[in-house]
Amino acid sequence: MRIVVDLNRCQGYAQCAFLAPDVFVLHGQEALMYDPGADEALAEQVARAAAACPVQAILVERGEGAREPVGAVGGHGH
Amino acid sequence: MVTEGSVAEFNRNGRVVVVGASLAGLRAAEALRDEGFAGTLIMIGDERLQPYDRPPLSKQVLLGRTSADRTLLPRRRAINAEWRLGVPAAGLDLSRHRVRLADGREVGFDRLLIATGARARPWPREAEAELDGVFVLRSVGDAAKLERRLAAKPHRVLVVGAGFTGCEVASACRARGIEVTVAERGPAPLVGALGGVVGAVAAELQRKNGVDLRCNITVTELEGDLGGRLKRAHLSDGTVLDVDVAVIALGALRNTEWLTGSGLAAGPRGIACDAGCRAFDVHGIVTDDVFVAGDVARAPHPLFGYQFLSLEHWGNAVSQAETAAHNMVRSGLDRRPHLWVPAFWSAQFGVNIKSVGVPPMGEELLVTQGALAEHRFAAVYGYQGRVIAAVTFDHGRWIDFYSRQIESAAPFPPEFVGVDRRADGMRPVPADFPDPALPTHGPTVTVSGYAPNERRLTFTPART
Amino acid sequence: MISGTLLNQATEYENRADPYPIYAELRKTPVALQDDGVYAVSTYWEIRSLLADPRISSDIRNRDPRLGGPMITEDEANLPPSFIRLDPPEHDRLRCLAGRPFGPPHTPRRIHAMHAELARMIAELIDRFHGSNQVDIVEDFAYPFPVAVICKLLGVPHQDEHLFHDWTEKIVNALDPNPEEGPLERQRVAQQARLDLGGYLTGLVEEHRLAPGEDLLSALTVEHGPDGGMSPVEVIVTAVLLLIAGHETTVNLITNGMLTLLRNPEILRRLRDDPDLAVPLVEELLRFEPPVQLLPQRTCLADIDVAGTVIPKGAPIWLVLGAGNRDPRRFQDPDRFDPDRRDNEHLGFGSGVHYCFGAPLARLEAQLALAALARRLANPELVYDPPVYRRNPVLRGPRHLHVTFDTLVA
Repeated sequence: MRIVVDLNRCQGYAQCAFLAPDVFVLHGQEALMYDPGADEALAEQVARAAAACPVQAILVERGEGAREPVGAVGGHGH
Repeated sequence: MVTEGSVAEFNRNGRVVVVGASLAGLRAAEALRDEGFAGTLIMIGDERLQPYDRPPLSKQVLLGRTSADRTLLPRRRAINAEWRLGVPAAGLDLSRHRVRLADGREVGFDRLLIATGARARPWPREAEAELDGVFVLRSVGDAAKLERRLAAKPHRVLVVGAGFTGCEVASACRARGIEVTVAERGPAPLVGALGGVVGAVAAELQRKNGVDLRCNITVTELEGDLGGRLKRAHLSDGTVLDVDVAVIALGALRNTEWLTGSGLAAGPRGIACDAGCRAFDVHGIVTDDVFVAGDVARAPHPLFGYQFLSLEHWGNAVSQAETAAHNMVRSGLDRRPHLWVPAFWSAQFGVNIKSVGVPPMGEELLVTQGALAEHRFAAVYGYQGRVIAAVTFDHGRWIDFYSRQIESAAPFPPEFVGVDRRADGMRPVPADFPDPALPTHGPTVTVSGYAPNERRLTFTPART
Repeated sequence: MISGTLLNQATEYENRADPYPIYAELRKTPVALQDDGVYAVSTYWEIRSLLADPRISSDIRNRDPRLGGPMITEDEANLPPSFIRLDPPEHDRLRCLAGRPFGPPHTPRRIHAMHAELARMIAELIDRFHGSNQVDIVEDFAYPFPVAVICKLLGVPHQDEHLFHDWTEKIVNALDPNPEEGPLERQRVAQQARLDLGGYLTGLVEEHRLAPGEDLLSALTVEHGPDGGMSPVEVIVTAVLLLIAGHETTVNLITNGMLTLLRNPEILRRLRDDPDLAVPLVEELLRFEPPVQLLPQRTCLADIDVAGTVIPKGAPIWLVLGAGNRDPRRFQDPDRFDPDRRDNEHLGFGSGVHYCFGAPLARLEAQLALAALARRLANPELVYDPPVYRRNPVLRGPRHLHVTFDTLVA
């Protein structure tokens, strides 16, 4: 998985840290640390966390869904 | 060249090149597709990696909670782009609408977005910077190397510079039980960003957590052994420290060198653009096909005296990218200004620091909630009788209120008394920035509305 | 002036089943002064701003009685206010202490670890439906489930449940602004119930102090943070708060959820086939039918301008969450129940420092409960619609929800 939290939006409600404690962890009362590359096996936890975020700050991309092959220079002409 | 009449044709069959494949570049590309751009999209990036997120590098990654290569950014949507990763852009030919890559190849465009960001400012003495044990922290590679060294339990880490990155590195070291010295040229950590009053709180946090914090001091020499490994650091007060790791955290340099001679207004302070993200040329005339977003941009902000602000903020990169993309596929009055109120955060020593507005414009500071001594508070910065910025330490749930205060040019000192206003929050004190810039009296500008399409600017001319 | 009584209409019992058309009227005046002196705030952005506004107090001792508003005196039973009725810094201190044994950063896995046990409790309650083709979702499921959970979590013997069932009902009745019996009598009954409940908990706290267990009551009694712990009376007040919240809110979330699903059979079918849908569905439910409809306790600490109306210092403010959640300026097609809704920043649990303390638990309970009910009841149907509602307009939900079904799926 790929995860990013918009920490400007985040206000430390900690719903994610309750519901997905293997991925989202509070340092102190409101500083959020998370694993941006959490394993696919934790997808259910992460889905609960993302849905519960009161400020909808969590963006999750599962699997390869939205991505396309990335070529380095030389891989593609145009 | 895209003329106004041909916008629709451009959106169907045009060719957009995005130089810079990091946060701003990616979010701009996604926004272009969201806005209906169906033409060719080419992403150019100097690193071989797909776009990744940098904030975790100085936090989760250095703490050993995740690895540096797990920070690739999630996509908001598929962007159907051609990616040219691993070779930097080396030049721009405005008249021929072409970007030149470092390997000599050229890429043509109808419209260009420049989002080349910034890089870590290196240690100025090259031979010392080459020593084994001297690090900077900007890229995934930097973070991976530094984390490996921290995991090997160094004897003592020296952090040079106590800005946000330096403070976060020091915090990670202490969390891992590593001895750390922070050397800061100014009188306190974060003093440039948040001023001396709040800087003093940051200093307390450091000392409480066992950091050997040394302010008003510079590092004069990094000394290696015969094997080229860092051994010692010499400080300007004559002190010599035994250190085996040094992290150079002296801020960032904007990646504009590739534009030298291009005719764009690009220099060490960034690329000047208008509030609609269109780049200025060297004559100060706005271009119509070259846009700028992210750390490399310098744009006038109506809320802050139309000063050209360079904001190295994650949220600015996202928001400015969205505005640039919007304006790239539109013309005339359909374009919108980048009215984002600056905002950033930092997590250090278990405290969540958030800020909105432009604190360095602040002349005075007032603690409106909580107390500095408890390291839990909200404070506002005042500039010429209005609220210009705010900072919170573990008070993030109040930050939106202060954002609205800034947007509405609320009076400073605040007229209200709210919850948790303490005795020392009754009188403003000097915000104590080391070198206060004092712009002249200007008009009052306010921003209203919530959704992007509702945001409106109100301009009240200056009274003389 | 019609708008001066709209809030009253919205809270009248005859409108309990569907207050939303009145909310829509109310939203036409984002800040509407009611005839009784209450400033009703009903639009999304205004409510959200006020919930993060330090000039707004949750402590009704800041009210100016000359400015009217219903008198709420339920805290006078010799017990200090709980943290939902306090402002920082006292609020922050008590909530932080209450949070230590409940969640992150000190006890991050408590709620997550209850997953299996919650599922087991749900399965047991539904198993008891065997041999019948009709149940009352409230009495047979949505009430006993969260009550069992809060008892277990707090460390209250479940066999004492009948005692505080009665007390909590009397206490929350005091929140009803349009009661059948007179306000004084209602306050007296509520105060007595608080005293009785407090007395009961005093004994219980003492037991936990002598023989601490893994529960919250034990932790609140014996564990201290870096700046000390709760006093015994603070433990009792906090326990009363959590017990009442555990009794009176989740029941409505689950019941409103089942009602909404039965009114939207295609979504019920989707949930049956895809239990993961419960996660976004509960968020939409919190927007669409929030279990706490309004927050009647806020007071202005200064004259403040909200959407062009100046609310004077000391004036009572009611934040109508149920109206804000249906504000078309914030939510597209707000009267449609859409579990696929994106960008769902609802106000179902409030916002700001008073954001619902038990939200993660309520979420998990409702997600698991609704997914299980959807899976196990074959062809469920409402016996009557709308159902009979409880009187309380603040903690709004059906009193009974009779549902028939063909068979119970294993």
